[in-house]
Amino acid sequence: MNVISIENLWKEYRLGVIGHGTLTHDLQSWWSRVRGTEDPNSKLFSAVDTRKLKETNSQFWALKDINIEVEQGDLLGIIGRNGAGKSTLLKILSRVTAPSKGLIKVRGRIASLLEVGTGFHPELTGRENIFLNGSILGMSRDEIKKKFDEIVDFAGVTEFVDTPVKRYSSGMHVRLAFAVAAHLEPEILVVDEVLAVGDMEFQNKCLGKMSEVSREGRTILFVSHDMSAVKRLCRTGIVLNDGEVEYSGKANDVVDHYIESSTVSCDSSGNVKGGEIWQNVRGRVNKDDPFITVNSIFITDNDRKICTVFNSNDPIFINFDFKINKKIGEFRIIISILGDNGEPILTSQLTDTGEYLGSLEAGRYQSCCCLPDKLFSSRQYKLRISFLARRLEHHIYDEVISFKVMYDNASLNKMLMDNVFFRPYFKWNLNKMS
Amino acid sequence: MHSEKRSYGDWDMVIRSKTGWFDINFKELWQYRDLIALFVRRDFVTFYKQTILGPLWYIIQPLFTTIVFTIIFGRVAKISTDELPPFLFYMSGNVMWGYFSASLQATSNTFTTNASIFGKVYFPRLTVPLATIIVNFLQFFIQFGLFLGFYFYFMSKGVPIRPTIWIVGLPILLLQMAMLGMGIGILISSMTTKYKDLRFAMGFLVQLWMYASPIVYPLSQIPDWLLPYYVLNPMVSIVESFRYAFLGTSAIQWHHIAISWAMTLFLLFAGIVLFSRIEKTFMDTV
Repeated sequence: MNVISIENLWKEYRLGVIGHGTLTHDLQSWWSRVRGTEDPNSKLFSAVDTRKLKETNSQFWALKDINIEVEQGDLLGIIGRNGAGKSTLLKILSRVTAPSKGLIKVRGRIASLLEVGTGFHPELTGRENIFLNGSILGMSRDEIKKKFDEIVDFAGVTEFVDTPVKRYSSGMHVRLAFAVAAHLEPEILVVDEVLAVGDMEFQNKCLGKMSEVSREGRTILFVSHDMSAVKRLCRTGIVLNDGEVEYSGKANDVVDHYIESSTVSCDSSGNVKGGEIWQNVRGRVNKDDPFITVNSIFITDNDRKICTVFNSNDPIFINFDFKINKKIGEFRIIISILGDNGEPILTSQLTDTGEYLGSLEAGRYQSCCCLPDKLFSSRQYKLRISFLARRLEHHIYDEVISFKVMYDNASLNKMLMDNVFFRPYFKWNLNKMS
Repeated sequence: MHSEKRSYGDWDMVIRSKTGWFDINFKELWQYRDLIALFVRRDFVTFYKQTILGPLWYIIQPLFTTIVFTIIFGRVAKISTDELPPFLFYMSGNVMWGYFSASLQATSNTFTTNASIFGKVYFPRLTVPLATIIVNFLQFFIQFGLFLGFYFYFMSKGVPIRPTIWIVGLPILLLQMAMLGMGIGILISSMTTKYKDLRFAMGFLVQLWMYASPIVYPLSQIPDWLLPYYVLNPMVSIVESFRYAFLGTSAIQWHHIAISWAMTLFLLFAGIVLFSRIEKTFMDTV
């Protein structure tokens, strides 16, 4: 039996200016219309650039004609790149925002976890927050009472249940929040990447809880970037791309399809397509005649297999396949690892070792950069890849690809909890002096 | 809701774009009554966990406002107070106005202050302003207690104030005031999602409105030509009814009360209609 039926779902976002947003501007525009003079606000825009105006007023379809049927008890993974429409779909399913066209029919109660701990108030005690958060998520008071001990137990905060949550550690906070959510008993549960929080043990506990829930015959929609979690947890999956369902099927196939397509490929007209690509070209670039055509960028492991999740004890290989269209002087490939604010925090260049200085003949090339083992911490790493012919053209691909590392250190039995980018092995020593 | 069920067979819920112009699910709101109670409790508890000055502030504010009014409007400007003791006259106005303006200002921020919660989870959005107007009764009862204190003090001193039987109508007045505060509050709240600068005009608007209501002067001072327009302000009847009930003097008439109720219901209705239109898509605009 189908529990969710998404039929011809469209969602439109308008980019840029609709109303001017402030009453004064709207009144000004209205007044100028009344007097028949030129609208002072529109003039502002036409002065800039007609092309830009067109762009700012353009509509943007975040979801285009989505049709999905979900069966009861299914564990559906939804994957896709940033901006593919995953969050929009989730928001509509969660009724945070309404679709523009089409409809979703639902059988049973639907609860969504776009975030854990929504509505938590720091001044309130754990107990009070369980009730508040539970109610926000749609549980009745009796339901919460019945589940209360279980929730407290699951979160492991028994002693602190009457302490204000502002005194909780961040780990306890997250555990309590997830515990409430995990004890929701809706027929359909929509989960965003809330599992990206907490330590390894807790993450496994959460994944376990989710598969337990689905065994009880309830349906779960799981949105994630974590391919291994999707593979482990989900039975079926869909890939969203540009607001459309690009692929659907068994979870394993879907993940494989996604990983393949998330490497950069090139269509016949020479445009780089696919991937989380923003072609962000700076400098003097003749768009019709670029010096380089990037065929693909992909990440592999030791065995030359495409991979996105790594153990910190393994090296990571960034591979490039590109064509140089004309002879150029100084060619560089630069890899930057981006911090949370999008600024590079580590940079490495093809020419660092001095081997590949000098000019490059036209032709097809492959290049590979090895990021050493025992360098990274536990997190997702986003990359900026730049290809440049110095003083000629810069081709910059921001956040085109990313990989995830799980920190693994045999001599530490606990998960690394601090939120740092790098955790290299430095030489330490300790001497007893007296 | 029923018609929807019929047309969609055995599906429990249908999510789709904006439907009719009136789309409020009162049954669902009732199902979420626990949540309203918890919101009230949250605000209540957090209020008490604040500094000692928190609850005290509720007393200081009307007390000082009343003193200032007594000096400026009573002594200096010598505005009539219908023969009533000026202090009680101004305080009765302040207590009523205090609840209304606090509710109005709090509910008018519904969308902006709750954007982070509204963006993450669905629950009937009306629960938030409903909880707000209920919590504000806490402030009202503290200030009303202050008023009663002075009321009995003046009475014991033999000042001619005549409580009437209409004191029993106080709950109805409070209900009307809550409906009005919420109605206009959510109306403005819905508009601030598009017109952000309206938020800054709120303080000013509330102040102007106070002077358009019989807080510092009695209804009897309004000239006849202005009266038909003046009583369109629903707060006129609320404040004057309160004075009549407790102090026994007012120029209020039955048809003023009827007009006031009509305005209140209209504004509340308009507020709910607009609110229900905005709540579905406001997350796209903030």
